[in-house]
Amino acid sequence: MSVTAWCWLVLLFPLLGSILVALGFRALPARTAGAIGTLAIGLSFACGVAALLNLLGEGTEARHHASSLWEYASVAGLQIKLGIFADPLSVFMVLVVTGVSTLIHLYSFGYMRSDQGYHRFFSYLNFFVFSMLLLVLAGNFVLLIVGWAFVGFASYALISFWYRRTTATRAGMKAFVINVVGDIGLVLAAFLIFRELGSFEYGTVFAQAPHVFHANQWSVTAICLLLLLGAFAKSAQLPLHTWLPDAMEGPTPVSSLIHAATMVTAGVYLIARTHALFVLAPTAADIAAFLGLATLLVAATIALVMTDLKRAIAYSTMSQIGYMVVGVSIGAYGAGLFHLMTHAFFKALLFMAAGSIIAAMANEQNIDRMSGFGKAMRFTSITMLCGALALAAFPLTSGFFSKDEILAYAGARGGMYIVFTVLGYFGAFLTAIYTFRLIFRVLPGKPCPEAQELIDTGHLHHAHPFNPATGEEEDADVGFPGAEHHIAERSASMRVAMAVLAFLALFAGFVQVPGVDNAIANFLDPVFADSPLAAIHTSTSWSWIGLAIGGAISLAGIGVAYWLYVASPEAPGALERRFGALHTFLSNKWYFDEAIDLLVVRPVLAIGRFANRVFERFVVDGLVTGTEEAVRGAGGVVRALQNGLVRSYALILIAGFAGLALYFLTAQS
Amino acid sequence: MEVTIFFIAAIGALAGAVGVVASRNPFYSVLALIAHLFSLAVLFLLLTAAFVAAAQVVVYAGAVMVLYVFVVAYVGGGGESAWDSIPGQRFLGMLLASVVFVELSAAILSSALRALDTHGPDVSSGFGNPAAIGRLLLEKFLLPFEATSILLLLAAVGAVVLAARKRDQLPSGGDGSGDPATSLPSEDGGLATRERDAGAPSERFAREERPPAGASGTTPIRRGASEEGAPVARSVSRPATSSGGI
Amino acid sequence: MDIAWYIVLSALLFCTGAAGILIRRSPMVILLCLELMLNAANLALVAFSRMVGNQQGQVFALVVMVIAACEVVVGLGLIVAIFRRRLPLDVDDLRELRG
Repeated sequence: MSVTAWCWLVLLFPLLGSILVALGFRALPARTAGAIGTLAIGLSFACGVAALLNLLGEGTEARHHASSLWEYASVAGLQIKLGIFADPLSVFMVLVVTGVSTLIHLYSFGYMRSDQGYHRFFSYLNFFVFSMLLLVLAGNFVLLIVGWAFVGFASYALISFWYRRTTATRAGMKAFVINVVGDIGLVLAAFLIFRELGSFEYGTVFAQAPHVFHANQWSVTAICLLLLLGAFAKSAQLPLHTWLPDAMEGPTPVSSLIHAATMVTAGVYLIARTHALFVLAPTAADIAAFLGLATLLVAATIALVMTDLKRAIAYSTMSQIGYMVVGVSIGAYGAGLFHLMTHAFFKALLFMAAGSIIAAMANEQNIDRMSGFGKAMRFTSITMLCGALALAAFPLTSGFFSKDEILAYAGARGGMYIVFTVLGYFGAFLTAIYTFRLIFRVLPGKPCPEAQELIDTGHLHHAHPFNPATGEEEDADVGFPGAEHHIAERSASMRVAMAVLAFLALFAGFVQVPGVDNAIANFLDPVFADSPLAAIHTSTSWSWIGLAIGGAISLAGIGVAYWLYVASPEAPGALERRFGALHTFLSNKWYFDEAIDLLVVRPVLAIGRFANRVFERFVVDGLVTGTEEAVRGAGGVVRALQNGLVRSYALILIAGFAGLALYFLTAQS
Repeated sequence: MEVTIFFIAAIGALAGAVGVVASRNPFYSVLALIAHLFSLAVLFLLLTAAFVAAAQVVVYAGAVMVLYVFVVAYVGGGGESAWDSIPGQRFLGMLLASVVFVELSAAILSSALRALDTHGPDVSSGFGNPAAIGRLLLEKFLLPFEATSILLLLAAVGAVVLAARKRDQLPSGGDGSGDPATSLPSEDGGLATRERDAGAPSERFAREERPPAGASGTTPIRRGASEEGAPVARSVSRPATSSGGI
Repeated sequence: MDIAWYIVLSALLFCTGAAGILIRRSPMVILLCLELMLNAANLALVAFSRMVGNQQGQVFALVVMVIAACEVVVGLGLIVAIFRRRLPLDVDDLRELRG
């Protein structure tokens, strides 16, 4: 079968899975639903592999195919098709998405077992995968926007999965609103693209763009800035990032799939896909790169002081995506996307491990209460350590090869971009510190009561169900997570998923070792061949020097973390006291939430109140009521004429006749 | 000569018209109208419309007015209350009527129709004759003629149907004369109650018929009652007007 | 006499009838005033017929007379029916047909 046929199948299976599980939620037993969901994504992954094989069988120049099922609209020069575009970039994204999703579905099969909304979960999760695949496979901007919006909805549905928990629903709304702001940017960009280039199809747009725009023209810059608005909202970059930490209210598999591996990378994919436009608007590309860098650093600093385990990992995600954004903005396309792939592996793994630990802690997420799980949960600790090593770019792990390649490219590009290299390495240093801060606080040491209970009795600690953010009590009914939790040690499916990801986190980097093989970059080259930036290559020696520096920094960071949290445990407290103001500033997440509340939320609410109190009451109501009263008054007058008295009718008749005669007498002929 | 006759006839017509409008007693109004009709007949004669004049006297004053007389005798008719039920109606009525008259006169007198200022063309002696009218009716206006005859038939049938006596209705309005109290409660509810239950009036009349049935043997009293039928009917209808009045 | 006199007289009689309809409350008298108006129209018709020199106006007047007769018959029948039902013979009280 052709590549595009496989790609259509890739889209079909998750959709079918979602519908089947949704419709059969009463009939299907829980395990079957989970199996159907996982199988759907597994089949999708298999079709993705088949598409890849097909694609590899073709010559590098011919590796782009568009296929459409039907036309939505063909009117007045507007042609919108339900079409997909299969090229190395989209197939790459398909494989990453479906691969990681299969593993996460497998994980959820065990983790969500006792949840009352099990079927709903798998249906939503499948729908999310379908939307994400639609997004990456879309062949025109309209379908991209459709997939984008679906993904936003799926994210909202899954963040608010435990819908009776107010913090969860509020987080879902926050995520959705901020995503909508991004959607506006994306839609406006699409409009502008259509206006300038006359088409929505990728092929036409990217081929025509260099001919229509000259460098840094305001229109292409505007398009790129609007695209950035969309990308940054979806990928949680500054300043539209405040939704991501709150999104940790969702179940752990959701955090690991959507908010680590796939959805938040949609922005990176967008920038990579529209690189032809960004090449024509270097200003916008630079803005993107600097904002990515800023996010990188801000998020890393916040992660240093976060005490909530999942939120700390969330900030880490934000920071790593900053790396990816920097990568694809400055032209390191292959490197950025490679980092996307490796990050998906180790971040998903980290979230899975975190989920296991939180389950052992009976929903408690504060790392101040956790310790000693290294002894209590061996498997989870080992896999968590693998993920952390990859995140901290420990030498020879996947993160090591991917992250430092971006920084090496920045160095090779030279000029102003050296800043990225320097600050990128500083960020890597911080990354290593905060990652191993988590590891050293949670895993070694004297076991905390919950861990001790696990060691002694082999039972999981049970507490009354409660909201970890506010401590409110909950019940075990649908809409809440409930009292029962599952850890990896007890669930085979969870272990399989985590083991595979641990292996990939450690060894997936070897597909792109500088000087040895360049599998990812070579595969993706044809897509980015039209960009002058892709021609910049770092020499192998420089790459290895960069890698060495990165490795050293990573080891140094791990060492600092070790000193702070294992060797001298009183040091963090002393540092905190000494830098109290800075600590508060970082703990409050740089006051971004408060700033947005002040600058955006309050004015909008004030406008709403004004609209309600003044405009609605006086103008709109006045108009409506005024019209109503005028009509009623007129009706009253007319009704008074119909009083049933013949004489008054006759009077009116004669009066009318008199008037008419007067008119005819006095009218000029 | 013609002028004199014209003015006499005109004054007569006007007097009759004013009498119709202004009389308290409807009987006097009918008589005034009869006078008015005769004056009009004279005016028709002046306009060489002999047949029309004759028809006016014979048909209109002779038959139609007699019909009126009969009904007035049957119904009677009291004076109307002096007060105006619709405020301003009387004043406005008279005002508007005079306004219309002024306008019509203005229209006529300032008309560009020159022929209005003449006596009309010289006509043959047979103008307005029965023969001439008859010939017109049967030759040129045969269809309207036949149509009007049918119309007359329809009107006659309709009137008979309208005024037909229902099974249990009283032959006259004065049979409950000995007991106006029994007839009053049926009028207390006003028109609404009467209209609501159409069958009830028949019941009510049936109830009221029985007491007088006992007095059916006394026909002289009956005839006497019919003489007083008009005043009694008046007495019955007066409470009716006063209770039905606003 | 000039025809104009007859026409003006007809107008006067017509307006008198109209005033009567507006002023009086008894249906009997209102019907009589209606007759006044019809006759005024008749007078005008005959006058115009004389003015034109044509007898068609007179035929028209005859037909109007017939119509007036029919209308009188039906109207009086109505009055008799109203009287029979003991309803007040007052135009202002007979107002069921109201909006």
